[in-house]
Amino acid sequence: MRSLELSKRNFKGMWRDWLSLGVNVALPLLLLLVLQALEGVDDFFAPSSLAPGVVLFGFAMLTMTSAMALAQDRESSLFARLLTTPLRANDFVVAYSAPYVAVAAIQAVLVFAAGLFFGLGVEGNPAVPILVLAVMALWYVGMGMIIGALVPYKAVTGPWTVVLLLTIFGGTWVNLEDIGGVFQTVADVFPFAHALEAMRAAMVGGAGFGDVTGDLVWVAAYTAAVAVLAVIVFRRRMVE
Amino acid sequence: MRRTFGRFVAVDGIDLSVGPGELFSLLGPNGAGKTTTIRMLCCLLRPTGGTATIGGLDIRDDPLAVKQIIAVSPQETAIAEHLDAWENLSLMARLHGLDKAETRRRSEALLEMLALAGRANDRAKKYSGGMKRRLSIAMALVSRPRVLFLDEPTLGLDPQSRRGLWEHIGGLKGETTIVLTTHYLEEADALADRIGVIDDGKVVALGTAAELKAAVPGAGVTVVEADLTDGAVEALGHAFPSVRRIPEGAEITGEDVRLDAVVDVLRPLGIEVRSSFRKQVSLDDVFVHLTGRQLRE
Repeated sequence: MRSLELSKRNFKGMWRDWLSLGVNVALPLLLLLVLQALEGVDDFFAPSSLAPGVVLFGFAMLTMTSAMALAQDRESSLFARLLTTPLRANDFVVAYSAPYVAVAAIQAVLVFAAGLFFGLGVEGNPAVPILVLAVMALWYVGMGMIIGALVPYKAVTGPWTVVLLLTIFGGTWVNLEDIGGVFQTVADVFPFAHALEAMRAAMVGGAGFGDVTGDLVWVAAYTAAVAVLAVIVFRRRMVE
Repeated sequence: MRRTFGRFVAVDGIDLSVGPGELFSLLGPNGAGKTTTIRMLCCLLRPTGGTATIGGLDIRDDPLAVKQIIAVSPQETAIAEHLDAWENLSLMARLHGLDKAETRRRSEALLEMLALAGRANDRAKKYSGGMKRRLSIAMALVSRPRVLFLDEPTLGLDPQSRRGLWEHIGGLKGETTIVLTTHYLEEADALADRIGVIDDGKVVALGTAAELKAAVPGAGVTVVEADLTDGAVEALGHAFPSVRRIPEGAEITGEDVRLDAVVDVLRPLGIEVRSSFRKQVSLDDVFVHLTGRQLRE
């Protein structure tokens, strides 16, 4: 419950910085509005296919903002004071992650609601994209925690750019099936392509959980690894 | 305890004990090792040698349990600027396990004591530097810890706030064990039950302010200003155990040197005493005596 107290403080910090909150929420919506206009050029840009990629892109933005928030806090005296309270490493990770996971949920709801307006439909089990997005939100925010715990505030954009590029070339804006080859092989190593594959299979291809089990396991394994790594990194950072 | 950073030895084998309810002050110049010591005791920094126990709990083996019973006011202002004073105090109190009613009660008292009650609902980023500092200190006090570490608590405070805080810290004596670092001599003198003088990472002296001062040559010296002849100095030498001639007259060493006794010796010789005073020994004299340097060098 102590992590809840710190989480409340972090929520307030984020909520009262309405400018960055607005950018975080508005940017994916804006992208959806712009890119869905390309639907006539390629079916890839139809809302049902596009929305999952847009949401993942929004999540990648949260990796940066959550990493920056943590890195900035780490350089403050308040953080040193917080480290002298009886909070464990996992309490810190939960307290710093929770506000951004909530924003991720808001992003996803808004993007899918806007997608419905442009004709988005789900032919398969709607619980599949919901579950995948929930797990991927944890992955992205978990990455934010790792980056924020490891690098100084000014250096956050470096490792974040890697996450962003992997997200983009994982199939958010590009159709991996069209590119194929090494691109596809490399993309398949990371969780993004599997997350998008599972979501698009449910939304466009009528798939259920049984059809996307492999992709789900891949995504869940990555997220579990990131969560464990975040706690380990944080624990090592708690005492010099 | 010992702590090194590469080849630099920040804390070099500090070995001391602070009793329950005692207010202990670590006094020393900047860079002496005070903050490093506090950071190790607060489990923020791992000792490279030795260890310490707080309330019987080892800082290396059981840091989480140690953190249950301590609170710290760091040297820098450590507040959440986007929260108001209530929220800042509530955060620290709740993280230490206080319930809502107790949090409210403690916060009210501290806000009043540190003259923050009138602005308690404003976000801290709108506070003046002094107000932020006072809030930072209140955040250490709100959880009513068994052991309180105050690292230069009055740095940057105006004299009025400093006095107010001294009163509050003094009021905690006996119920809370306090370790206070300072380079303000008058602060250590006014507050501490015992003082550890620290220099170059080592405790070079330990004792009450009176004990430390008594160890300095010059303590208990009465200066007599008069035009003394050799015979007068000799007469004083017969009357008092230790007399030294100085250009202004003489220095007489002893705890019970009385002016009327000096006059009784000199008047029959036709010598008038112009003035006399007892030399005051400060903690700065103590530091100079121990290290050969002034505290603020």
